[in-house]
Amino acid sequence: MTFSPELEVKFSKMLECYPAGRTRSAVVPMLIFAQDEVGHISRELVEEVAKRCKVTPLQVDEVVGYYSMLHTRPMGKFHVQVCTNISCLILGAEDLYEQAKEKLGIGNKEVTADGIFSLEEVECMGACSWAPAVQVNYDFHHNVTPEKFDRLLTELRKAN
Amino acid sequence: MIYNEPNPLETKILTKRFGLANSAAIDTYLANDGYQAFLKASKMTPTQIIDEVKASALRGRGGAGFPTGMKWSFVPRTSPKPKYIIVNADESEPGTCKDRLLMENDPHSLIEGMLIGAFAVDSHKGYIYIRGEYRYQIDCMDRAIAEAYARGYLGKNIQGTGFDFDIYTHSGAGAYECGEETALLDSIEGKRGIPRLKPPFPAVSGAWQSPTLLNNVETFCAVPPIIRDGGAAFAALGTPKNGGTRLLCLSGHVNKPGVYEIPLGYNMLKCIDEFGGGMRGGKKLKAVVPGGSSCPLLKADECDIAMDYDTLAKAKSMLGSGGMVVLDEDTCMVKFALRIMRFYAHESCGWCIPCREGTTWLRKLLQRFHDGGGLKSDIPLIGELSQNMLGRTFCALGDAAAMPTISIVEKFRDEFEAHLDGKPCPYEHAGKFAMA
Ligand SMILES: Cc1cc2nc3c(=O)[nH]c(=O)nc-3n(C[C@H](O)[C@H](O)[C@H](O)COP(=O)(O)O)c2cc1C
Ligand code: FES
Repeated sequence: MTFSPELEVKFSKMLECYPAGRTRSAVVPMLIFAQDEVGHISRELVEEVAKRCKVTPLQVDEVVGYYSMLHTRPMGKFHVQVCTNISCLILGAEDLYEQAKEKLGIGNKEVTADGIFSLEEVECMGACSWAPAVQVNYDFHHNVTPEKFDRLLTELRKAN
Repeated sequence: MIYNEPNPLETKILTKRFGLANSAAIDTYLANDGYQAFLKASKMTPTQIIDEVKASALRGRGGAGFPTGMKWSFVPRTSPKPKYIIVNADESEPGTCKDRLLMENDPHSLIEGMLIGAFAVDSHKGYIYIRGEYRYQIDCMDRAIAEAYARGYLGKNIQGTGFDFDIYTHSGAGAYECGEETALLDSIEGKRGIPRLKPPFPAVSGAWQSPTLLNNVETFCAVPPIIRDGGAAFAALGTPKNGGTRLLCLSGHVNKPGVYEIPLGYNMLKCIDEFGGGMRGGKKLKAVVPGGSSCPLLKADECDIAMDYDTLAKAKSMLGSGGMVVLDEDTCMVKFALRIMRFYAHESCGWCIPCREGTTWLRKLLQRFHDGGGLKSDIPLIGELSQNMLGRTFCALGDAAAMPTISIVEKFRDEFEAHLDGKPCPYEHAGKFAMA
């Protein structure tokens, strides 16, 4: 398996940045950067990362099962993450989450039939002072209101 | 980027460059005291540096508040093993959103803080462990690191001092537990984030079994001003044994939530008024989470209090990570406790039984309670279960789940009773948590 030239450069630097013989350290970052490029953690990707980091595929599987951002099946092009943790909760995050479910017609960790959206109820994302907060892929949206959220989802659908 | 207006009442030490044009760029940093502290430190002895940090009364900003200078002195400088600097930028404690701002707006101050730490303990490699969700912040740090190499503030023979230091970012992938320092070490070694038995502490045996100096982002960012202006000046900003300023992450039912830099010892009610602009919609204050979701809550009548580590500890709470969540009179405390427990049950790594089983059982009890199926006997049971987790788990995640829960059942027992006998949640009428 090969990645884009930029990612290949990143990965070869990554494998060298840990102490000698500690390539296992690159497993988590390599998985997440690779996932961003190929879409999800496939069998092939697990084996590739294992090979590059000189560990067994089982050691990679262990890690994949632990970290919540690693997905073993494709998520939507726009992964909509609604924080419902405390600071967001008390400013209406549950309503936003319900709104997203309704508007997208999907539940937690589900993907729309056209593959454009997926939805996830997530824990605190470090935007508490600008709550309620939503992240679409890696982009933060702060002080979200139902109107802003509606506009955002509509724009994303159009942008596709 | 800054996401809320600064407040003229802030004491801007760590955030003084926030808001400058291109504040993250090395030229802006250099034009505003940047890297002067490292040059000064490079002419000091390690003991002098550590003594200066001790004199500043700086305490860890990650949550536990351990005296930073003391931690630095535990690293065996003469150990034949390589020593590592690790920055905890996992920032996952609900209510906390400050490390992110430091990395976005002033990444070079973190690099300089790491450099000074590295010089003091004779380390030549540093890693910044950044939560996976913070990809933008990882990019900010990577850019700043590249700039620092290009200008000779990282790499070999830094600024002719003969000192070598390399820094790398390391992305997490979604796990609160990886903020716990020893789970973070397992994670950076490419494993599941499971805590380690302590001792040995990371200072003696940390990453790859080597001595490791591990601090929070804000802790490292406080070091350059301490070295530049002296520990005593930093200490004088706060209260005795609680030196300096910290980034208060104010959220919840206030008019102006935001991140504000305040001296330690600031009065909590004054924070709500002066920085928060008072309670939203003129509502009454019910309770405050003083420093992230793991801290015992304070009831409104307990909030006339100085916010430093020792005063809050006396009030049986904690200053924690700086995440202050303000709750108004319409907040359902049962629901609040339930949300906290859902978080901890979800994030428990499952390694030790009291935490794994305790958080899940508590979550179920609280869910049933909030749904109207609670039993009178559940109220003491929730308290008892939490008490039984305290101090009995492998790492402090179990305590983090138990402490707020105990405080909520003790202080808001009446709200639990109001949910009994199938009665609907008395706060649902408030349009859930109606938005202003
Ligand atoms: C469950 C748990 C989660 C934690 N999460 C974080 C975190 O996200 N960021 C952080 O700096 N410290 C976190 N800590 C505290 C660290 O274990 C450690 O005390 C801290 O990073 C040390 O740095 P300091 O002395 O500069 O505060 C957490 C602790 C526990 C028990
Ligand atoms: S609680 Fe939602 S971002 Fe922190």
